[in-house]
Amino acid sequence: MSGGSEKIAALRATLAQAGLESLVANPHIPLGFAPADTELKGGLQRGTLHEIFAASGHEASATGFAAGLAWRVAGKKKILWIRQDYSALEFGELSATGFLELGLDPSRILLLCTARADDAIKGASDALTCAALGAVVIEIPGAPKILDLVTSRRLTLACSQSNVPAFLLRFGAKPEASTAETRWVIRARASPINEEEDWGQPVFETELVRNRHGRTGQWVMEWDCETGFFGEPHRGKPAHRLAVVSAAGDRQAAAALEQSRFI
Amino acid sequence: MTKVKSALVISGLDRKASGVGLEVGQPLANARAMLPEVKAMAANESGDHALLNRIADWSERFTPFVALDPPRALLLDVSGCTHLFGGERKLLDRILAALRKQDFAVRGALAATAMCARACSRYRDGLVVPQGEEDKAIAKLPIDALYLDAVTTHAFRRAGLKTIGQVADRGRAELTARFGAAMVFTLEHALGKAERPITPRAPLPDYSAERNFAEPVATEAVIHDTLISLAQTLCEALENRSEGARRLEAAFFRADGAVNRIAIETGSPTRDARIVGRLFREKLDALADPLDPGFGFDLIRLAASHTQRCEAQAADFSADLNEEREIRFLVDRLAARFGPHRILAFHANDTHIPEAAGLALPAQEMRGEKTTWHKIRQPHRAPRRPLRMFAKPEPASYLKEVSHPSSLRLRWRQTTQPVIHMEGPERIAMEWWRHVAPEPTRDYFRVETRDGRRFWSYCNGVFDRDLKLVQLPHWLIHGTFA
Repeated sequence: MSGGSEKIAALRATLAQAGLESLVANPHIPLGFAPADTELKGGLQRGTLHEIFAASGHEASATGFAAGLAWRVAGKKKILWIRQDYSALEFGELSATGFLELGLDPSRILLLCTARADDAIKGASDALTCAALGAVVIEIPGAPKILDLVTSRRLTLACSQSNVPAFLLRFGAKPEASTAETRWVIRARASPINEEEDWGQPVFETELVRNRHGRTGQWVMEWDCETGFFGEPHRGKPAHRLAVVSAAGDRQAAAALEQSRFI
Repeated sequence: MTKVKSALVISGLDRKASGVGLEVGQPLANARAMLPEVKAMAANESGDHALLNRIADWSERFTPFVALDPPRALLLDVSGCTHLFGGERKLLDRILAALRKQDFAVRGALAATAMCARACSRYRDGLVVPQGEEDKAIAKLPIDALYLDAVTTHAFRRAGLKTIGQVADRGRAELTARFGAAMVFTLEHALGKAERPITPRAPLPDYSAERNFAEPVATEAVIHDTLISLAQTLCEALENRSEGARRLEAAFFRADGAVNRIAIETGSPTRDARIVGRLFREKLDALADPLDPGFGFDLIRLAASHTQRCEAQAADFSADLNEEREIRFLVDRLAARFGPHRILAFHANDTHIPEAAGLALPAQEMRGEKTTWHKIRQPHRAPRRPLRMFAKPEPASYLKEVSHPSSLRLRWRQTTQPVIHMEGPERIAMEWWRHVAPEPTRDYFRVETRDGRRFWSYCNGVFDRDLKLVQLPHWLIHGTFA
């Protein structure tokens, strides 16, 4: 991509930091990590559907990444987190102190617990009519039948009508056809071995496997618990060999390769 | 028949049996001696009580003020209701006829006081006692009609006082000295000279509105429209008194006597018919066994059973307040559909016990409560509490190879992973000032495996407060970090 859009993304990030996001009509809200923002034409838009898949065993990491994205786009509004009972049993219940330690205010979360996936989708469809919400996160373990292309379209439509973004957080599932704006596959990044310090803030190995605005890619991002932005990992930089965007020429092949590797 | 002090006693009779001189309270052996072919069966007290309750449900269509008078009577306070049914006479006839049509043997009477009506119903079925003539109406009735205890009744009989009128002629002081104030009060009550309200089965709602249908209705659209129009009536009444409803109950009276009740709750006082209608629709949609109209409903009643002060608000254009209102409405909707315990909000709890530090409580209960959170993490350092926490910590074990003493491996959920980081311990003692026998102290470690997953793991209490070994250490995984 040209340097121009990078510059725009950087400018938008400055605006966002100053709390002036709303000046731009349905803006792309930057994640803060410049290479990803470039590919996303400046970041994520409100009123769209996004999918986040956890690599097997990395559910907590994907939860953290989804929370980060939701917080980025929610502004000052509340976030509805819909989770299934099974998900809490298998991968752990969402913890208020855990959100707090990530720099996210737990008082802004509403938690809807549902027994089944179709209840979760029903609840989400209802919640997406409420424009006062900042974001809706729908946590779905496995691959329930209800989550097909029709549901995906319906959610996308609901998102665009109320301008509320939705994040489908999928555990133990394979990506399928959907109308999502972006699709991410997340795993935790192992910390560099360093005995003196703690492992620092959460670092994610992210793969953007679907992007309606530009190229896909894979990056290593760190969540900054202080500022609430994603960014370059601070520690052990030399160890991050994936921190470069794949070249444009072999993108399709690379994306396909990544997908097959994940599956 | 029921068992009283190891003897079988008659507790109920059909018409034929009472015609041949059997009595309630008579021992069964006695009755058998009089009439060897008598057919006896065990009394089903709980069944009778349930039936009485169902009849009470049914009779709530005449007045919300229904009291049980076990074992086999109902008291209905119809003050102010009679004109709706064309007067006292017509109301009583209608109730009795409707019950007889359902094959109940029923006797009834209507009077200014409950005791008087009860006395008349037994001996003067279908009587409407004119106001002020209570004493005349019951003067000739036997003393049994007062339903006093057996000893008192027997004492009156032995004294030669056979009718209520004879008892009423005695001096009150005399009666009080002999039988106590309660008996005298019952007597005065029956004579219409004292008043005591009946105790209704359920607390009376503060507001209620209802609609009768000439033809029973069964379609969803009509039911929904009725609820909305009832809600409008109710909301106007609420508005006049500057109140809002927190709990609303809709009662659907089916033509065949069954009554269905459905309640919704709101997080803040509400008097917007549109919102009430929407919440009921959510609730009706989500019912596990849907509302079965059967032959249709002939009465629908909407009552506000819990109300709160709620000042009228000037139209507000501030975005924040409107957003808050919309969120509250969303929470109410989700609570109506999934249940209030399903939509939660986090609440800070002042404790260092990790699993109790942030409580998820029903969001409807937590309007406008501000809580302050205290983070443990140092700036730019790793989070100290996991994002996902297991409700029940899961057992894990750490393995060390003999050949490589420095290499540690974590075994959890049937998989083994090399450990690349282990930080700790963070010692968390349980609250010994709250519990007599607190759980052992936990030593928490943050553990990272080679694939980048981060666990919060603890070693459960090796020593107690006096540094005595309590149990062998065992390891648990309490949560996972982002």
